[in-house]
Amino acid sequence: MNSLALFAAEGEVAAATGLTAYAWLLIALPLLGAAILLLGGKATNAWGHFLATALSWASFVLGFLMLIAMIGRGHEERAMHVGGWNWVPAGQFQLETGLLIDQLSIAFVMLITFVGSLIHVYSIGYMEHDSDRRRFFAYLNLFVASMLLLVLADSYLLLFVGWEGVGLASYLLIGFWNHNPAYATAANKAFFVNRVGDVGMSIAIMFMFFTFGSVDFATVHAGAAEAGSTAMTALGLLLLVGACAKSAQFPLQSWLGDAMAGPTPVSALIHAATMVTAGVYLVVRSHDIFNAAPNAQLAVAIVGAITLLYGAIVGCAKDDIKKALAASTMSQIGYMMLAAGLGPVGYAFAIFHLITHGFFKAGMFLGAGSVMHGMKDRVDMRGFGGLSGYMKITWVTFGLGWLAILGVPPFSGFWSKDKIIESAFIGEGWRPWVFGGAAMIGAGITAFYMSRLFFMTFHGKKRWVDEHEDAERGVHPHESPLTMTVPMMVLAVGSGLLGLVLSWGGMFSHWLEPIVGGHGEEHPVLPIPVIMVLTLLLVAGGAAYAWMLYWRDDVPETAPRGSLLTQAARADLYQDAINEGLFMRPGTHLTRALVFTDGKGVDGVVGSLAASVGGLSSRLRRLQTGYARSYALTMLTGVVAVLGALWVMN
Amino acid sequence: MTAALTTLPTAFEAVKVDYSAVAPMLVVVAAALIGVLVEAFAPRTQRHAIQVGLALVALVASFAVLVLVSVDHRTVTVGGSLAIDGPALFLQGTLLIFAILGVLTMSERFGGRSADAFTPMGAATPGSPAESAADRAGFATSEAFPLTMFAVFGMLMFVAANDLITMFVALEVLSLPLYVLTGLARRRRLLSQEASLKYFLLGAFSSAFFLFGAALLYGYAGSSDLVRIAQAISTADGAYEGLLLPGVVLVLIGLLFKVGAVPFHSWTPDAYQGAPTPVTGFMAAATKLAAFGAILRLAYVGVEGSRLEWRLGVAAIAVLTMVVGAVLSVTQTDIKRLLAYSSIAHAGFILVGVLAFDVTGVTGVMFYLAAYGLATIAAFAIVFLVRSGGSEATHLSQWAGLGRKHPVIAGIFALLLLAFAGIPLTSGFTAKFAAFAPAISHGGLAGIIMVVVGVLASAVTAFVYFRLIVLMYFTEPTGDDVVALTPSIASTIAITVGALGTVILGVIPGPILDLAGRVSQFIQ
Repeated sequence: MNSLALFAAEGEVAAATGLTAYAWLLIALPLLGAAILLLGGKATNAWGHFLATALSWASFVLGFLMLIAMIGRGHEERAMHVGGWNWVPAGQFQLETGLLIDQLSIAFVMLITFVGSLIHVYSIGYMEHDSDRRRFFAYLNLFVASMLLLVLADSYLLLFVGWEGVGLASYLLIGFWNHNPAYATAANKAFFVNRVGDVGMSIAIMFMFFTFGSVDFATVHAGAAEAGSTAMTALGLLLLVGACAKSAQFPLQSWLGDAMAGPTPVSALIHAATMVTAGVYLVVRSHDIFNAAPNAQLAVAIVGAITLLYGAIVGCAKDDIKKALAASTMSQIGYMMLAAGLGPVGYAFAIFHLITHGFFKAGMFLGAGSVMHGMKDRVDMRGFGGLSGYMKITWVTFGLGWLAILGVPPFSGFWSKDKIIESAFIGEGWRPWVFGGAAMIGAGITAFYMSRLFFMTFHGKKRWVDEHEDAERGVHPHESPLTMTVPMMVLAVGSGLLGLVLSWGGMFSHWLEPIVGGHGEEHPVLPIPVIMVLTLLLVAGGAAYAWMLYWRDDVPETAPRGSLLTQAARADLYQDAINEGLFMRPGTHLTRALVFTDGKGVDGVVGSLAASVGGLSSRLRRLQTGYARSYALTMLTGVVAVLGALWVMN
Repeated sequence: MTAALTTLPTAFEAVKVDYSAVAPMLVVVAAALIGVLVEAFAPRTQRHAIQVGLALVALVASFAVLVLVSVDHRTVTVGGSLAIDGPALFLQGTLLIFAILGVLTMSERFGGRSADAFTPMGAATPGSPAESAADRAGFATSEAFPLTMFAVFGMLMFVAANDLITMFVALEVLSLPLYVLTGLARRRRLLSQEASLKYFLLGAFSSAFFLFGAALLYGYAGSSDLVRIAQAISTADGAYEGLLLPGVVLVLIGLLFKVGAVPFHSWTPDAYQGAPTPVTGFMAAATKLAAFGAILRLAYVGVEGSRLEWRLGVAAIAVLTMVVGAVLSVTQTDIKRLLAYSSIAHAGFILVGVLAFDVTGVTGVMFYLAAYGLATIAAFAIVFLVRSGGSEATHLSQWAGLGRKHPVIAGIFALLLLAFAGIPLTSGFTAKFAAFAPAISHGGLAGIIMVVVGVLASAVTAFVYFRLIVLMYFTEPTGDDVVALTPSIASTIAITVGALGTVILGVIPGPILDLAGRVSQFIQ
């Protein structure tokens, strides 16, 4: 039994008091920033980015104070509810807007506002020379506000508002440099794929209303256990569709790689640390639904396992530093999904990995941005090499992120990812072997492709020409300004220590326990030390193989043809071709047929209808002669007609 | 009650007046009278400022008195001729807001002397030397403001009139100043004077119907008091049964004339086109609201008992009004005439709500009137801004491409058009919903037919509005001489309030709908 359902049974989650009652401000502050920057126009050009950054930090401070207040309260009284106004009063359907501030949402608030604010700071340097900097910061603020609404909402409908809000911000930011048609296309692709998920989400919300008569978390979660497993399976699968699109999970993963068209800080914040993890949040938040639907839960785990291998394989073949990181993001979210699909044993670890990943992946993206900054915006790693000597801070901070994602103890990733691998080995029958095996092999591949990325960029021979030798093609690698490197350093500290701190004495799991529910002591099918040692061996093997190929040996400057698997991975395992063949072409033909019917049939009817209304109008218009005498006659006729008709009827 | 009292003529007894209840009206009429004195004694150069200030202060004060004092004095007063009840207070409050916005738009002078809405000298022959001399001397018709205040006084009384005689007096008090205001346009004065005369003639004609109907009802019930008439109907002890139906119909027709219901609408396009544009906006919003207030009271308090006999006739008028208003708006080429036909169609939509005969119908009608009025005043205020060579560019072709030259003005206008069309998230949608829903649930088959016609008519009018939006945004401008003047702070406030109201009533209609719902019960 979990606390939310308990609270719902006893009555309500306690109404917020003290500072927490002002939780709306968390969302309102960045939203205000976005409004000022978008409406203020050029007048805000000079100081707009500082305002946006300040408001984001203000949100963080507020959230941090709320966290402290929450820690001060007892274990079971930490969740609080802030009421809003009656948003949708439609007959039986009453929807109050409200915010739910509990252990889960506050963890997200901290991640979003802290990493978000750091990235605001970073962007001040990164976007310094962009003529549209104000618009960029406005969108960033809009994103932070929407993401906070998403995680703080107390109902699925309000969550959906935030869900669409982050989608909008993501769309606007991927296509930020929309003068490049390829970037605009990338934005559209993300938009379309996300519509698929949104349809799933909207049907899920309607389904909830149909089943429970309500869409707020408390009612839905309290009723999930009694609603029958068929209904809950359907609901769980619909939510999974939404989660897959937003979190770039198989089979709706295709947009994430292209989304790297956006400015790098955007990739770090939206497409690595926060927005793409919304799907994981959704699954964990809806754990009551998934607990009541073992099949849907299994589907979540399968999707996670497939995606973690898929992303890892694609990541091995990418030469574009951002796309390789994107593939890695996909794979890491696959880990989180897998954990979320394991049920109560995994929820806390899914969120734990989400938080640590938010830090180290954002840090690595910012590092990639810093490298691009120093390399004339080039992204092809085959043109890098040996940069460690030129960009010391970037190298060290990136290195910490690299160690974290590899899962090397005692860095952050070890504490979270290793727990997921251990949990994947829990269970009966084939599942622990398949899921555990996938997670463990994934860790090995991750070690290979992340080391490949790290070595190709920072080590080995330099494969670029200095500016002095060739002014045209040459580059002049240099360290980025402090506004960029300080956020990287902060995130690197997080990559290094956060995992250790949060897992000290199982702190984070205990923190989330009232929300996601505890679980008994369960043992993996293999002893834990064996799993750990095997994993570390695989990681070491992957890293060593990468060292041989990309540090010790020379890296060819043009990509070799490679094996069939490499070619397939380079083409994202043909995801676009499959989408085109399966959905786009039949869709195009269907659309053509519909357009034809519409043009000939529907428009014909509508057109003639409009023409007849127009004809009637011209004829009636003649009655309006302009003579007062004929107007009076019309009136008199009307009076006589009405009186006569009523006299006849009565 | 003793027998002596009923048989013998009673001694004269002064009626009791609850001054707290009628104080808002007294404030307005006092300001109107002071305004007349200002015209007589204040120096010409300062009159405009004094009149505007006086009118605004009085209207705000009246509103404050209404909200703070009168709401706690819901009563029938002045010998039963005024009923200050929930609907009366709601409508009076809304009227005062419209009047404030109307005065703000009427005060617009664009910082200069010769761009305001009113002719410099109403009595001068158009085109005469006297007129141009007055123009050169910078005269201004500041009489417009006391006239407006008198009209507002009449309207405030109209929505509270609980007696046919009071109702008639109120009708004339509000109409006469409007006839004069209609003839005061600065440009195209002949058109304006023609409109004024037509409005006056047809108005007199309809007043005659009203009076005749009132006389018949008095003959039927032996009283002009609405409550007495209702009693006579419920006890069926009227002396002359045959007088009831013609009486009700004729009185209703007198009122339907004011809202511009077909076939009593002919004055509407001419008067809307001829009147000074800010006056048109005020007239469209406030007159419609006042007249519907009177119709509601007559229909729900006075003659509700005989509704089965007359409601089909009014339902036919409602259907005709919606269809004719919508269809005729399709071929209009003048923006003011287009909005006039739109107002006719809206009158039909509101009638649908009136005919629901349920308190929710009263709620819906009152909400509709508030929403429509806010959007209308702002829309005409914008029409007033769009100029070509100094005079208003009212031909639709001149609005082509306005969205490119003046994105903010055109954007707000597009928003208001969407509200007129009844698109969700604007006040128009909520209003239509609030007016149509009671007709479906309480209006029986006739109600359902009216709503179906109403929805179809909405689709036709939506076409007209969207065409205008397309014209503003997707058509190349015809010439460079069409510009939107920069409004002064006063009309900026009016336009902003109108547009904000349109959005707020569309997005969070809850509070106002609740308020209208709480006060929708008439005192019987």
